[in-house]
Amino acid sequence: MSDRQQQRLAAESVTLAYEQRVIARDLSVEIPDHSFTVIVGPNACGKSTLLRALSRMLKPTQGRVLLDGQSIHSLPAKKVARTLGLLPQSSLAPDGITVADLVARGRYPHQGLLRQWSPEDERIVRESMESTGVAELADRFVDELSGGQRQRVWIAMALAQQTPLLLLDEPTTYLDIQHQIDVLDLCAELHETQGRTLVAVLHDLNHAARYATHLIAVRGGEVVAEGPPSEVVTAELVERVFGVRCQVIDDPETGTPLVVPAGRQARPRRNAAAQEPAQQPALRK
Amino acid sequence: MTTKTLRTGTGLSLRFEPRAALCGLGLILLTLALGTVLVGTGDFPMTPGEVVDTLLGRGTAVQEFAVMELRLPRVLVAILVGGALALGGAVFQSVSRNPLGSPDVIGFGQGATVGALVVIVLFQGSAVATALGAVAGGVVTGAAIYLLAWKRGVHGYRLVLVGIGAAAMLTSVIHYLITKANLVDATRATVWMTGSLDGRDWTQFWPLLAVCCVLVPLVLGHGRALRMLEMGDDAAYALGVKVERTRIVLMASAVLLVAVATSAAGPIVFVSLSAPQLARRLTRAPGPNLAVSAVMGSALLLGADWIAGNAFGDRHLPVGVITGILGGCYLLWLLVSERKAGRL
Repeated sequence: MSDRQQQRLAAESVTLAYEQRVIARDLSVEIPDHSFTVIVGPNACGKSTLLRALSRMLKPTQGRVLLDGQSIHSLPAKKVARTLGLLPQSSLAPDGITVADLVARGRYPHQGLLRQWSPEDERIVRESMESTGVAELADRFVDELSGGQRQRVWIAMALAQQTPLLLLDEPTTYLDIQHQIDVLDLCAELHETQGRTLVAVLHDLNHAARYATHLIAVRGGEVVAEGPPSEVVTAELVERVFGVRCQVIDDPETGTPLVVPAGRQARPRRNAAAQEPAQQPALRK
Repeated sequence: MTTKTLRTGTGLSLRFEPRAALCGLGLILLTLALGTVLVGTGDFPMTPGEVVDTLLGRGTAVQEFAVMELRLPRVLVAILVGGALALGGAVFQSVSRNPLGSPDVIGFGQGATVGALVVIVLFQGSAVATALGAVAGGVVTGAAIYLLAWKRGVHGYRLVLVGIGAAAMLTSVIHYLITKANLVDATRATVWMTGSLDGRDWTQFWPLLAVCCVLVPLVLGHGRALRMLEMGDDAAYALGVKVERTRIVLMASAVLLVAVATSAAGPIVFVSLSAPQLARRLTRAPGPNLAVSAVMGSALLLGADWIAGNAFGDRHLPVGVITGILGGCYLLWLLVSERKAGRL
């Protein structure tokens, strides 16, 4: 093991494959503790595969994933589930389950056959619902909630698991923009106030740049760049990773990098405002 | 929250749905009552009071004989068979996430029947050999369907489709075997195939009890993990469930339960299909409702047996005919309502 300080979660030269199809070879990443790490990359670049490997759902054919210095596949399943949570891309809410009952299922790794529901379980479930803003929905059926509310409930369930590390696989997919921002704000809040390490796969590069404290850009199963978004997100990198020419400007709202892709040809806006000389935004590089 | 918790001072706690617990208790009482009535029914009728007295060892010699030798084992076999079929059904419906993913729809009953018929028709085997043949047939069918439906994990639809295909193929094997048989064997095979509790005695009861004593606690012990599995493999995995192992343990136990129950009483259809769904509608609780389903199966089979014996005058029908009629209607209703809900 290297001399430098070991992060809690890391992949050590892993080769990831589905049956014979190799997705990534000799890939190493470390997830900085207490970061909000976002993995970005084009479709089929291996970002979700990497997240599956980090959450031990995919066993690397070579190399290993380390959790607190130990190979994650050698640890007992429930023990891992007390340290590392995962919000999968799609989960099924059982028919006729209430919000409170679903969130309570997040306590499973802390429970046993004869210790099914402690006062602590009850408190944590209540707190998880409060911090995700679904406490008022506690007795509602999950089937009758909107997509955004449902995603909050699933996040509440993952929170109830009380893991210092939480992985989220495309938590904003299928949500409209209001709920996308809502979910990401919630993640940022959990990261800041509860000090948890968050790792998310996101499709939207601008969301990633805005919310991440640490960005990992993946292409073709390789890590192309990693670091704080302000250093990583440059026009060259976006072109290299996504194959899209673009400008990177300051996000007027947050000051984080904002990617403005160039179309195949410039299409001038047709309304009157476009006639005025456009205010030139500050270019990054 | 509707859930209640029982806690001891030593940190142990049990969580349960009051409604489900009440339903379970009610069904246990119903099963006991039906059992008592059934033990008292027959050519030598007895009042429930007399039945209880006899069970406590205070009956006359004739009563003693009728209860202990003839009727009690039959009722106990019915309770275990009904419970085992329903529990197997609840597991499979939960694993396949589909109410049609039930052992009697996806070919295990037929598999057990083929096993039994092979013994009867091709080897003219004894009753014990027939029972073993049925167990073997059920287990082999279960393994074959699992392997055919397996593709990086078992998925509901594939399991149901493969199973329905297997059931159709096995049914033709059954018909083929009967055409091959001579008249005596064919009659024996047909009687076996109807599913009946007639003439069941302690020799069927003890092996059945032994199997249930091992498998029922095993299945119930995995019930919590099964609840987590209903949220999808990924979610269950994230919660620390050993997904594939849990599923294999549960499916193997369920196949064995169904096979052993079938070997004891013949293929009694539709208990596996309907008991878990009835339990679910009664308790209104999400999840597999394993324990309530099992008791529901016992009560259902006893009720069907009483109807078979008493509702048609002097004619005593095999119980399989009644469960077939009741279950057939239920299956139709299920197909229609699933279709309306867009799940089929």
